Amino acid sequence: MQAPLLTLTDIRKSFGGVRALAGVNLELHPGSITALLGENGAGKSTLVKILSGVYQPDSGVIHFNGGATRIASPVAARDLGIGVVHQECLVFDHLTIAENLFVNAHPLRRGMVDWNGLHARAQAVLDELGAGFDAHAPAASLSIAQKHVVQIARALVNDSRLLILDEPTASLSQRECAELFRIARKLRDAGCALLLITHRFEEIYELADRYAVFRDGASVGAGSLAGTSRDELIRMMVGRPVEQLFPKQAVEPGEILLRVDKLGRDGEFDDVSFSLRRGEVLGIYGLVGAGRSELAQVLFGVQGADRGSMTVSGDIALVPEDRQGQGSILPFSVAANIALPNLAALAPRGWMRTRDERELARQWIGALAIKAESPAQPVRNLSGGNQQKVVLAKWLARKPAVLILDEPTKGIDVGAKAAVHQVTSEFAAAGHGVILISSELPEIMAMSDRILVMRRGRLRGEFTRADATSEALLRAASDA
Amino acid sequence: MNTPARKPWSQVARRDLQFALLTLALLAAVVLAFPGFAAPGNLAGLLDDTGILVMLALGQMLVILVRGIDLSVAANLALCGMLAALFNRAFPELGVLPVLALSIAAGGLLGAFNGILVWKLRLPPIVVTLGTMSMYRGVIYLLSGGEWVNDNEMSPQFVAFTRAEFLGLTTLSWLALTCAAGFMFFLQRLPLARNFYAAGGNPDAAAYSGIDAGRMQFVAYVVCGAIAGLAGYLWVARFAVAYTDIALGFELQVIAACLIGGVAIGGGVGSVLGVVLGCLFLGIIRSSLPLVGISAFWQMFINGLVILAAVLLSARQQRQPRTTTLEVARE
Repeated sequence: MQAPLLTLTDIRKSFGGVRALAGVNLELHPGSITALLGENGAGKSTLVKILSGVYQPDSGVIHFNGGATRIASPVAARDLGIGVVHQECLVFDHLTIAENLFVNAHPLRRGMVDWNGLHARAQAVLDELGAGFDAHAPAASLSIAQKHVVQIARALVNDSRLLILDEPTASLSQRECAELFRIARKLRDAGCALLLITHRFEEIYELADRYAVFRDGASVGAGSLAGTSRDELIRMMVGRPVEQLFPKQAVEPGEILLRVDKLGRDGEFDDVSFSLRRGEVLGIYGLVGAGRSELAQVLFGVQGADRGSMTVSGDIALVPEDRQGQGSILPFSVAANIALPNLAALAPRGWMRTRDERELARQWIGALAIKAESPAQPVRNLSGGNQQKVVLAKWLARKPAVLILDEPTKGIDVGAKAAVHQVTSEFAAAGHGVILISSELPEIMAMSDRILVMRRGRLRGEFTRADATSEALLRAASDA
Repeated sequence: MNTPARKPWSQVARRDLQFALLTLALLAAVVLAFPGFAAPGNLAGLLDDTGILVMLALGQMLVILVRGIDLSVAANLALCGMLAALFNRAFPELGVLPVLALSIAAGGLLGAFNGILVWKLRLPPIVVTLGTMSMYRGVIYLLSGGEWVNDNEMSPQFVAFTRAEFLGLTTLSWLALTCAAGFMFFLQRLPLARNFYAAGGNPDAAAYSGIDAGRMQFVAYVVCGAIAGLAGYLWVARFAVAYTDIALGFELQVIAACLIGGVAIGGGVGSVLGVVLGCLFLGIIRSSLPLVGISAFWQMFINGLVILAAVLLSARQQRQPRTTTLEVARE
């Protein structure tokens, strides 16, 4: 095998105390496609940002083309020959396709933009890729798949020798994927090194020849795909010790509280049917973008359904994933946040007293051990874990029949996490229903009585607590 | 696959063409009712009347392109105008050139102050310029002590410069035309200027392309401020008076001209031709209303109506590509 084009040695990166990368090693070879695997939050996106010059690593060494180097900025990355196809399609809609390829790198003639040269080169590259669209057209007229091709073309005009494909097929149809793969193979055969980030195992085996696995920000394995099975890869991805933090109480489920029948919303999810019983914690597992949060929003009523029906005895509350943007009002006090969904109860005669509001807050500060100086403290000044407890408290105080928790422990510390789990478990045991949406396998397996797996907008499996294994869940969630 | 190298009409170009036809139709209607309106002298006067608006709107367009807004242009203009008048009163023998240099430099500095606050402190542009709008007006009062500088205190060259005619057009008109031509050339051909469109159209993508969107905002504010400074001298010389409240509220007309001219308030979209047409459109309405016998107070109402109509049109145009993208993605 040829010498590697890129070698990363012990790359580390933290954001304000949160470790995103904790010792990453990676080798990428010319003429080879390496698949990068890892659960959500394993550090893949951080790595992409480091390789594209947006973040600087805290420590570690990057060797590119034989020499140690620093990717100081996106321009430096481009000059080295590192191109990225972003998942979110970073394309300038208002500019023409041709100009998109040359943004901040316009070909010049006497210091001025050489439009004729630019269009000619753009069209040549697009034709070489077999893209089949006119370089003069505005980028807004393209489909998402075509925008991916534009990003690849952008890498080509910069003579990229390393191309990163960050979940390029997440929103593509089969035909569009095939087209993208054709182009990727063409680049590989021309001597490019490619890094493919994807959750779809079929793509990995179809396209890649090498793999690298990240778990919790560190490299846990790498090598040739030939002779490496899916199950081995999955084991590497999830193989961490399961923390014993989850005090789930055993409960005998009661009558049905919520029944969902063939629920669907255009472009988000479809044909979702399940029921939830009194006392039950129903886990919904899936990867980012599987449609879980969208389903939660429709159940809660923030969004309307296009198809299907649901019946619920009682009310539904949602603790959303984005606790700062959607879950709480940051400048408001703890008391005001908790009071918000409980105004009617606090003001039986039409007005409310500050004293009652404070009292309610004090009750919950005690019950959930919220670390706040007083009920009057603004939620903004609390830590992430305590913010989440406030969001939880405001809905628990309402005692809804069904409580939906969307990634309730994302990014909070271990202590707060245990508290959230305990409260959730007690709430269910008291005769309510809980829907727990989580991307964290140990959490969802330990907390749920039953687990539904969602993938690309549909339910792909149902597991009882007894027969759920992390391998089985991950396989159902990731097209394996 | 080979596609013929034919240049399709871009959405912006199509809008500009439609708007040009609309402006011509408006002009034709006014001329039909009042043939005197088409007299060369009157049309030249129309250009002279809208010259300052054109220059300011071009600067404002740059700021709006990069997702900013400059509410302080009129205050900047008034402050630099006062500076120019005071300087001229103190050194009448120095002529016009130092006055021009002073007002452009002062305006650029005031713009840079806005730009620094937006770029380095990441403050919202509307708040920053709302604040500096008041500050700059306040400084005029401090400089002049609330007094007026009248034409008898201005040197003859100071006043004559803007009114001098060449080929039937005033210096002011020529400056506006030069500004428009310069903007057209640079925004199309200068690599740095292309980054305004990129930074405003998609700041995330711009960051990955190595463009500092904040720095582009700074540059836009400096250019906008320098133009406002120049316009300050021109305004004071044209009306031969400087005082605290000149061009009070004019920033709203400037922004209105941009919006009518098709500049997207969300950034990333705008053309020089559109902005110039937007100014002329407002100018024609303003100068023809008295002829029709409609009170000038109606002008504000009509301005507002035109803005709403323009925004409605661009909103409809911009909605189209989004839906098609969604459908393809859904497939």
